[in-house]
Amino acid sequence: MWRVRHALAIVLLLLAPSRLSAQQTPELRWGGDAEGGAPFVEADPSDPMKVIGFDVEIAQLLAQGLGRMSRFVQVGFTSLDAAAARGDFDIGLSGIEDSAARRTRLAVTIPYYQFREILTVRAADGARYRTLADLAGRRVATLGATLAYDLLLEAQAEHGVVPVTYEDDVHPYSDLAIGRVDAVLLDEVLAERGVRRNPGLMNQLAPVGVGHYVGILSAGNAGLRDRMNDILRQAMADGRLEAIFRKWKMWNDDQPEMYARLTAGSAPPETASSSAPVATSSWEAAVRYLPALLRAAAITVVLSVLSMALAIALGAALATGRVYGPRPVQIVLTAWVELIRGTPLLLQLFVLYFGLAAVVQLPAFLAALLGLGINYAAYESEIYRGALQAVPRGQLEAARTLGFSEMQSLRLIRAPQAFRLALAPMTNDFVALLKDSSLVSVITVVELTKQTSIFAANIGSWVLPGVMCAAMYLVLSLPLARFARKIEKGWGR
Amino acid sequence: MTSVLEVFDLYVDRNGQPVVQGVTFTAGVGERVALMGPSGAGKTTVLRAIAGLEQSAGAVTLSRSSTYDLREDPFALHRTSPVGMVFQFHHLFEHLTALQNVALAPVQVSRIPRDEAERRAKDLLDQLGVGHRMHARPHELSGGEAQRVAIARALAMKPLLLLMDEPTASLDPARRDDLASTVRRLSEDGTTILIATHDTAFAGACVDRVLLLHDGRIVREGRPADVLA
Repeated sequence: MWRVRHALAIVLLLLAPSRLSAQQTPELRWGGDAEGGAPFVEADPSDPMKVIGFDVEIAQLLAQGLGRMSRFVQVGFTSLDAAAARGDFDIGLSGIEDSAARRTRLAVTIPYYQFREILTVRAADGARYRTLADLAGRRVATLGATLAYDLLLEAQAEHGVVPVTYEDDVHPYSDLAIGRVDAVLLDEVLAERGVRRNPGLMNQLAPVGVGHYVGILSAGNAGLRDRMNDILRQAMADGRLEAIFRKWKMWNDDQPEMYARLTAGSAPPETASSSAPVATSSWEAAVRYLPALLRAAAITVVLSVLSMALAIALGAALATGRVYGPRPVQIVLTAWVELIRGTPLLLQLFVLYFGLAAVVQLPAFLAALLGLGINYAAYESEIYRGALQAVPRGQLEAARTLGFSEMQSLRLIRAPQAFRLALAPMTNDFVALLKDSSLVSVITVVELTKQTSIFAANIGSWVLPGVMCAAMYLVLSLPLARFARKIEKGWGR
Repeated sequence: MTSVLEVFDLYVDRNGQPVVQGVTFTAGVGERVALMGPSGAGKTTVLRAIAGLEQSAGAVTLSRSSTYDLREDPFALHRTSPVGMVFQFHHLFEHLTALQNVALAPVQVSRIPRDEAERRAKDLLDQLGVGHRMHARPHELSGGEAQRVAIARALAMKPLLLLMDEPTASLDPARRDDLASTVRRLSEDGTTILIATHDTAFAGACVDRVLLLHDGRIVREGRPADVLA
């Protein structure tokens, strides 16, 4: 009994501080992506546990106005909308653009910053590529599911520009510098930073479009949103917002104009035009997106089949080396397999595509193929090694008494028998690879899942795109499993 | 009699334990010899050592006694694997048909054209009474059929010496008599046959000589009627 009371006391003691602080000052939980970096939100270089940036200061300003303590919640940029809708935080602030789609499904604050979408090109191309029209047939990079992406889709239809989507805002500029793309279209804040980090790039100052940063709340939180709008208007009037943007060297003449209109009580500016009208029914949207999804599914299939072929060839070589090779070869190959199996595929893709870019610039599709192929080869080699070792010793002894060489015995007896043992796990691996191929979107390959997420971001719902995407993956993987079962049966095992 | 096989002072250890301890014997052309003795006496190990499947000490010498007309068949010397082995559990190649099992080594090892190898394989299977099963896979064969396919597979390489490990283990009495006559017929063609068996009736019916093993040593040797009496 004493022990129980003692333990209870310790538990209460542990809980006490958080409960107390929660009672004293309520929190304003705000979501952002620290990967977005300066000047938005980034880990403080002198104290990586803390975040700094203009969005951090706006969150503090809002918390102060509400009499709360601001607390940062890390959320990936592309998940911010969904997390806001779910109520994972009170408000999302991370250079989030105002859009018609956001306004329909979330409570959106008034804008606190107006930006221009501008083109960044290599300085040598400064005279050649001034507008999107100059970039016909050229690859232009941007972030997926942004205003800039919508502008690029329009330019694709109008001028034949080729949009290339990235998941982060650093690599579009580094890839521009090394020539993988010919221009980047993003907002001027990112463009400024991109040019600063990559000498040899320049910004075309004529704006391609205009957008606004806003805070996002769940649709049911309109009351809190309205109180925040009041705080923002006040901060516009008394110069506190100006102070923040001056501190981060982002202040320009566009802002006072917008602030004057907003503090005078006029409605927020119209959202920039978007190629995708939001008001269409999901059915219409599905029909509109079907060709893009089918094309993306074809990319998934081609990529998966080629990667698997590479994985099988490499895996067979690795397994043979590990079973038949001399001891040093076995050790090196085992270390390689463990290295590949022990590190994330995502990391391997990054290293292949971005890490090696200084040495060899692999095209995105080739990097994806190599990344998947090399990764899965490690798993295949384990399957083949196990299968080779599972072939009964008597089979090999019989081959030996008939005069087969080791090589003949492997080629004619052991490998064919091991292949049948390996077929079922290989089929599983192929289905897994089919799904893992979705990871290559991080190196700009738009395959089925990426296309689906673009679709979902556009119509503001995952339900229909998710169902369509799942159906396509099933159509691809189910016949495969059936086919493999049939072969196994045919071999009479 | 010209000896085909000379085994001298053969030793085999397994896990540090001696299994065969100084076995010495010879076998002549067309001779039928049985290795007999209780389980664990080392019969199978002696066969495996002769087939090159065991690490062993001592000497195993195989001498060619046949003569070939090299003008007619310049590769004759390369075309025979001197030792053929019929395993107790046959070890037929699971992924191949009976015919493919028999023809594979002649095609791949002796480089005989596939057509000819298959024709000869078919003949062998016919002679052994399993020609009608040539397209069956090993798992579809009965024990007796599988054994005859295994014998055909070994004979296809025209061995000087045929080793058989417990050949009657999977046979009913009628099949056992068939096998005894097959063994006699093969030796009449000049093939030397060494059989590890504990089946005294079978040995009595078909071998010329019995080597009785005990604890890895030959303890008696002589005609079946004398040794097995």
